[in-house]
Amino acid sequence: MIRVVLTGNLRRLVGGASELELEAGTIGQLFRVLGARYPGIAPHLEEGVAVAIDGEIFQDALFEPIPQGAEVHLMPQIAGG
Amino acid sequence: MANDKKLKWIGTRPPRPDGVDKVTGRAKFGADLYVPNMLIGKILRSPHAHARIISIDTSKAEALPGVKAVLTRDDFEDRSSEFVPAGEMMVNYRDIVRNVMAREKALYEGHAVAAVAATSNAIAKRALKLIEVDYEPLPHVIDAVEAMKPDAPLLHDDMFTVGVEPVPTKPSNVAKRIEFAIGDIEAGFAAADVIIEREFDTKPVHQAYIEPHACVGSVSEDGQAELWLTTQGHYVARAHCARLLDMDISKIRVTASEIGGGFGGKTVVYLEPVALGLSRKACQPVKMVMSRDEVFRASGPTSGAHMKIKVGATKDGKITAAEAELIYQAGAFAGSPVQPGAMCAFAPYDLENVKVVGWDVVSNRSKVAAYRAPGAPISEYAAECVIDELAKRLGLDPIEFRLANAAKEGTRTAYGPKFGPIGLVESLEQAKAHPHYQAALGPNQGRGVASGFWFNIGGETCASLIVNEDGTVALTIGTPDIGGSRASLCMMAAEELGIDLDKVRPIIADTASLGYTFLTGGSRATFSSGMATIDAARDVVKQLCERAAKIWEISADAVEWEDGFAKPAGANAGDFKPMSLAEIAAIAGKTGGPVVGHAQINAQGAGPSFGTHLVDVEVDRETGRVTVLRYTVLQDAGKAVHPSYVEGQFQGGAVQGIGWALNEEYIYGANGKLENAGFLDYRIPVASDVPMIDTVIIEVPNPRHPYGVRGIGETPIIPPMAAIANAIENALGIRFTQLPMSPPRVLKAIGEMAAAAE
Repeated sequence: MIRVVLTGNLRRLVGGASELELEAGTIGQLFRVLGARYPGIAPHLEEGVAVAIDGEIFQDALFEPIPQGAEVHLMPQIAGG
Repeated sequence: MANDKKLKWIGTRPPRPDGVDKVTGRAKFGADLYVPNMLIGKILRSPHAHARIISIDTSKAEALPGVKAVLTRDDFEDRSSEFVPAGEMMVNYRDIVRNVMAREKALYEGHAVAAVAATSNAIAKRALKLIEVDYEPLPHVIDAVEAMKPDAPLLHDDMFTVGVEPVPTKPSNVAKRIEFAIGDIEAGFAAADVIIEREFDTKPVHQAYIEPHACVGSVSEDGQAELWLTTQGHYVARAHCARLLDMDISKIRVTASEIGGGFGGKTVVYLEPVALGLSRKACQPVKMVMSRDEVFRASGPTSGAHMKIKVGATKDGKITAAEAELIYQAGAFAGSPVQPGAMCAFAPYDLENVKVVGWDVVSNRSKVAAYRAPGAPISEYAAECVIDELAKRLGLDPIEFRLANAAKEGTRTAYGPKFGPIGLVESLEQAKAHPHYQAALGPNQGRGVASGFWFNIGGETCASLIVNEDGTVALTIGTPDIGGSRASLCMMAAEELGIDLDKVRPIIADTASLGYTFLTGGSRATFSSGMATIDAARDVVKQLCERAAKIWEISADAVEWEDGFAKPAGANAGDFKPMSLAEIAAIAGKTGGPVVGHAQINAQGAGPSFGTHLVDVEVDRETGRVTVLRYTVLQDAGKAVHPSYVEGQFQGGAVQGIGWALNEEYIYGANGKLENAGFLDYRIPVASDVPMIDTVIIEVPNPRHPYGVRGIGETPIIPPMAAIANAIENALGIRFTQLPMSPPRVLKAIGEMAAAAE
């Protein structure tokens, strides 16, 4: 199991939950599981969200492994100037 | 990490490979390309801040001898709402096509309405005057707070605020509401002994790159296109042009010129689709160059903002709660950098209770573009002013107060995750110990301090290393070099290969010569292209070892690479004379063909960057002029590959921040027209305005980069505005909450203080 923490506007899309317990071994699997359980979040996952796994931020990295027991945060993607 | 071993090139200060070209005028910038049969393209721009476009009649312009093509909204297909990443934000092609060429309405003064291509500049200008546009002027709104009011002129009748419940049934100028929160904000304020609450205003400021936007577009009769332009990302420009012109990506070959500054403002397209569209009609190359006036009116500055900041702390100096409401101007289309602004506002602090609400608001001015750490300088300016005021109220040293609350490894951010290794505490401690912080101040002088945070990013990146037959190496990368990245990347290649730096020659490849590479932005070029260069170099080393193994007729596992030579890995591998890279390269044709290393990655693990700035100012009480006397930047670079260019980024960011703090602002008339669209009236700092900026490079290695590199280009623009505001407060006892702190504003405040004292 992994612990998924949502902040900001994404929280509304999962019914207001701030934390979820899910089974997912990669970021891609996490997106699939989330999208199936909460269809409202699927378009946002496709447009792009960043994923922090135990504090380290990944962007557009669908195959990045998520260790068992990890704390995962979904957050807006970051770019720069 | 490789930085555990002794490094030969990383950390040294060799001359940049593009240096001679730059100082001799050989370097070719956006406007420097001339090709046969080239036409000159010009754009007709809206004189109105907001107007419905009833009709556009181009017949007289088209009839003018020498005019080869005319373009209007009818030449661009409308696009559905589709978000893609570009620069600092997700962009919507429905909006991009409207920003490149106005459609139903002109949404700001300077909005492109039509374009011509002609055989000369004079004919193109004359043709613009012959285009008849029937406008229905509409009420306009510039200020974001005004634009939020229910009776404000509406820019888009299909804009319904995202992120609010219930979903609005009426359109408004508010594109989006965002919120980040942790802990219990009410309980946090209840636990505070002191609470400071202030409102702040900042004005739109331009990136003010010295080189205006410029390009040459050429489309042949068979639909093959070439584009030459000044840009931070030619692959991104290619994608935009292909989408807007409905062309295959493979048919557009884009070459990035040398770039005379971008700072985020050259991550979007303005002229480029127009030049290609005109060329497609004329079947001749079309060159387009913006005037400075056009740069100011029609290319993106960053947001102006209105902010409320509230921070509470205990009397012994522990921050208990921090709250912010941020209202950012997006310009004519949705997409201000309020989101990263909200995420960064209190990032330098270890806080249990935080709430930040942000509003993205459209108004009748040019669409914002990225500007160094987009959004962060605005929100962190306001937050750092309140932090400073809180320290003063508590009678604490401002650095000690920051240290007592500073984010460190393991600190949870307001936007969710915990920080890894970061260098904020080091920057504060070194600031406190710096001679600058101890130096005496004179009358009317004050000292300010502020810290700043930016995320930094990685992203899609390619690199190739070609080993030439004489043992020299060609490094091919795809990130345009703005701040000296070519030098740093060559140094990393030389370090990995164990060869002299002057054997490595870099080029920025065109889009047909190297795989997709995201733009130079987000402080990513040296980090991401560096990782790709290192991977490509390691690919080369692997191949060189395999060649040596074949020559020696031993296993490749029995060969190792050391200081530029293939060597038997141990006594059991055999007794062979080490072969240099040049020796292996000389016979590569006989041992399997050329040696070329490649890397194509999506770089992850960009370490965040923190810095602290110290500034001394002197205020002239008779004129209100603020003079920056002394300035010191202390920032974590992870590992400074080329310290001179790291220092250059620190200094450049500080100087841009000084301009933002003291002088720069977009000034609009009551008619919604920009009144200072030139460097005489929009005053950026010049050399005589600033002291030599002192720098301290702190190195807390980024564990995800082979040499520990962090991005460093954006963070330096974040602290200056608050540091200078805090210094002025220290000098005068007046807390300014509006930018810029220009002479008239400072003089007025001094007068008001004197009047109040009487």
